[in-house]
Amino acid sequence: MVSTIRVRATSSGETTEVQALIQHPMDSGFVKDTKGEIIPPHFIRELTFEHDGKNVFVADWGAAVSKDPYVKFSFKGGKKGDDLKISWVDNKGATDTTTAKIQ
Amino acid sequence: MRPAIQFAAAVAVSAALVSAALAFGGVPSAVAADKPDPVAEAKAFRDYFTKKFPQLKLEDFVNGPYSMNEDMHRQWEEKEQFPPYEFSLDMGKEIFTKPFKNGKSYADCFPNQGIGVRQNYPTFDEKEGKVVTLELALNRCREANGEALFSYVKDEMAALTAYMAFTSRGKPFDIKIPDDPRALEAYQNGKRYFYTRRGQLNFSCATCHVQEPGERIRAEVLAPALGILNAMPIYRSEWSGMGTTSRRFTTCNSQIRGVPLDPQADEYRDLEYYLSYVSNGLPISGPGARP
Repeated sequence: MVSTIRVRATSSGETTEVQALIQHPMDSGFVKDTKGEIIPPHFIRELTFEHDGKNVFVADWGAAVSKDPYVKFSFKGGKKGDDLKISWVDNKGATDTTTAKIQ
Repeated sequence: MRPAIQFAAAVAVSAALVSAALAFGGVPSAVAADKPDPVAEAKAFRDYFTKKFPQLKLEDFVNGPYSMNEDMHRQWEEKEQFPPYEFSLDMGKEIFTKPFKNGKSYADCFPNQGIGVRQNYPTFDEKEGKVVTLELALNRCREANGEALFSYVKDEMAALTAYMAFTSRGKPFDIKIPDDPRALEAYQNGKRYFYTRRGQLNFSCATCHVQEPGERIRAEVLAPALGILNAMPIYRSEWSGMGTTSRRFTTCNSQIRGVPLDPQADEYRDLEYYLSYVSNGLPISGPGARP
């Protein structure tokens, strides 16, 4: 299966800029379907970006984040060719992980 | 009673403006009266928009509201670096390349294996005597190969058209009206649909997309009708998902509090034919992203 995570990380020497797009329904648990039944909550709880054994970005997410969320941030350090590991865990315990090379 | 009268007056004035704008655009009225001249009409249509937005290049019109406003243009540039339609595009490629149960595939239904042909749709099918849109051609391909039909508005259909549009990016729209009275009638019918007011709000397509592009309707910036289909299908943040041309037409109609037709109804097919024809020469930019 294709990964649910798309990442692009570019190093400018001092800092690395990271953009990521994650495919996830992010159901809040407050929305009803066409039959009037509540769509159960299903959202990412934690999103982690790891570089060189260290977490550079951790997000505690909840029901208020939109479907297919997009994240952009930058951190100090990171060289071209380094690995950046991204993983998420949702409220149902599902998880996905991918590793991207910094460009 | 008074507000009602004022409203009616405003409607009459704006209707007059549309016809005036078109007349000034250079349609020779004598010709328009008996036999429509699509070439001249398309030119008048294009000239109207290029005069209204002299600072824009012709190919900028395909970016809809993002070319209307500098701030939005910056947002768009950023968005295009990591476009929200990527997942759909990948899904489209997967569906497109996966053979049907009988071993055939979409490639067998289209010229050039379906790659880089989006700019030629909709076409006029002289055998059937009707307009055939890309969405319709895709579902007919499925039907002919014994597969179930896809919904016309989103999901798989949006993904497939997204992939096909992507392989045609940058190619100019090349819609042909063959020398067939039925083709001309389809074009005329599409034009009529485009300029006819309907719904509780009494809007035509042109009310928003010819008279008011670049203006706001609540929080949205209206896209110009010129090049509006070049970006289809689109990922709309408002829908938090992809939508096809069919989805755009039906939701537009319900937003003006009209009753939408069925996707791929004859009127919509003709409308797509007309609207694509007048955007001839403008590059395909789909799949697109819209707020």
